[in-house]
Parts: sequence; C-alpha cells; structure tokens
Amino acid sequence: MATGLIGKKIGMTRIFVDGKSVPCTVIELGPCVVTQVKTVEKDGYEAFQVGFGEKKEKHTTQPLIGHFKKANTTPKRKLAEFKFFDKEIKLGDTIRVEDVFAEGDIVDVSGTSKGKGFQGVVKRHGFGGIGMTSHGQHDRVRAPGSVGGSSYPSRVFKGLRMAGQTGNKKVKVINLTVLKVIPEQNVLVVSGCIPGHNNSYVRVEK
Amino acid sequence: MDLIKLVENEYLKKDIPTFKAGDTIKVYIKIKEGSKERIQQFQGVVIARRGTGAGAMFTVRKVSNGVGVERTFPLHCPSIDKIEFVRAGSVRRAKLYYLRKLRGKAARIKEGKARELTSADM
Repeated sequence: MATGLIGKKIGMTRIFVDGKSVPCTVIELGPCVVTQVKTVEKDGYEAFQVGFGEKKEKHTTQPLIGHFKKANTTPKRKLAEFKFFDKEIKLGDTIRVEDVFAEGDIVDVSGTSKGKGFQGVVKRHGFGGIGMTSHGQHDRVRAPGSVGGSSYPSRVFKGLRMAGQTGNKKVKVINLTVLKVIPEQNVLVVSGCIPGHNNSYVRVEK
Repeated sequence: MDLIKLVENEYLKKDIPTFKAGDTIKVYIKIKEGSKERIQQFQGVVIARRGTGAGAMFTVRKVSNGVGVERTFPLHCPSIDKIEFVRAGSVRRAKLYYLRKLRGKAARIKEGKARELTSADM
C-alpha cells in the first residue's frame, strides 16, 4: 500500500495528549490535483500522479503545460506518483487530506533534508575524533584516523565513511502517527519531526 | 493564516493571569497517585518566562527550609490546575537568575505596582 499526498512542511510545535506534551509537525497537505492516471494497458502498471503548489505559466516548459492542460488544471510546482487509492479516480480530480488520512494512521514522510554542506566525519558519521588535545596531540582532534593499512590491504575499501556533502538528500522518516486532521485548512499534524526546512515539499504516504 | 497557531490554539489555556518575572505566584499542580488525583501547591517568585504559543514555559523559585527549589512548568500544561497571582514585584531584568546567589534579605524583591486585575485573575 502506498497511497498518499504531497504537501508543504509548515513547522513544529507541541500539543498535549492525555496530559503529556507531544512534539509534532504541522504539514499543509494538498489539495492535490490528479494530473495523470496510469493503467496496466498503457503504462504497464497502475498508479496515479498528483500535483501540488501553484506555479506561473511562464516558468513552465511547453511539454508540462500540455500535461497540465490535459488534466484541465493550472501548472503545479511539484508532482508525485502514488500506487494505490481505494476509490475510483479520474483525471483532474482533487484529492483532499481527509480523503486519504484519518487520525491515528501510521504514515511515512519523505523530503529533502536540510543541507549542511561539506562536513567532516565527526558530524557526518558520528565518529568520535581523537578525543583529547593533550599528550602531544594537536591538529587532529576531529580527524578520521587510518583509512587503510600500508602493506595490507594497501588500498582504501570502497564505501569507507569519509568527509563529504552532508544533508540535502532524500530522507524518509517512517512510522509517524497522525495526531490531527483539519480538513478546512488542509492541515495534517504528525508526531515527531520530518526532514527538511519549513516550507519545503514533503511526501506523506501510508 | 498561521497554521501552527491554528493547531496550537485548541490547547492554549485562556484563563492564565498575566504575570511576569519578579511576581510571586501560586501554582496548583495536579498529581496522580495510582488512581487518585490530588492538588499540590507551589508558591514562589517567577524568575523566568520563555517561549511563545504552546511551548511557553515559566520557572518558579522558592526557598524551602533553607534550600532553593526551582520548578519549570509548561504554561499550557494540562496538569496545571490553575495559577494564582499573589504579589506583583518590581524588577529590572527579564530573567532573575541572580537570585540563586542571594540569600535572605538580599533576595527580597521590591513590591511592584498593583496591576489591573483581569477576569482570569479572580
């Protein structure tokens, strides 16, 4: 099962459930427009594509303008494909948050994590570093240590954890509980945190 | 429309008296012991208020048997039964952490201007 919607991360707050403070994230989810319905005959598999977020026509390429015209809708900023929906859907339909999610659902949220730039191994992989600056140590407090022996293996193994770009990649957080659905404002509140900046696009599926 | 405020709004208490750092307040805390629930009081000087919305917190300090005791509460926590305003204080700081170093006479706070009481204070 992978039905869901796309939306925008608004930010975090807390709510009180049974007297306990629960950290939660507010997501503006949908309404999404069905921009394409894929069928086994035509595409080899069943799925539906939805769009979210307004975009100016002058910033849209001609092929995409045609694509949105087919669904009889305005250009959308973000498109996503989901596999399963329990109701019959047609091209141009609007799917709202309450059609898909209800309070108590367990959902997965994916988005692009906050970019941290080029980072060393301590931040990127949680290495310990050298851990001291005394006993003659200097200039290697956050160094990764040895990456490979000189005689054996005499090379650096593939996939060895090293410094590099951190964040700004697709991250999925699984098993979040839907705490609240507010249909009038298209709001979904999930427990805990989700990847990305505020106002970044996220994909919520269940 | 601020969607975060919309979500928080339901959980915010409407009957909180206005108080600030330096004021003396009495906090009534619900305490669960097994199935029974009772109310405990904690009276002291507010030494800090921080945060807004559902995340707002405040710290109350009192000296109990010569030992300083500080408790930090979420302002809108449901386990706080009510907050009672006792005495207005006049201070020149928003955070009164300097009180921790002071004892006895030095730790007194000047009486502040009496404030207009709102309906929530009654």
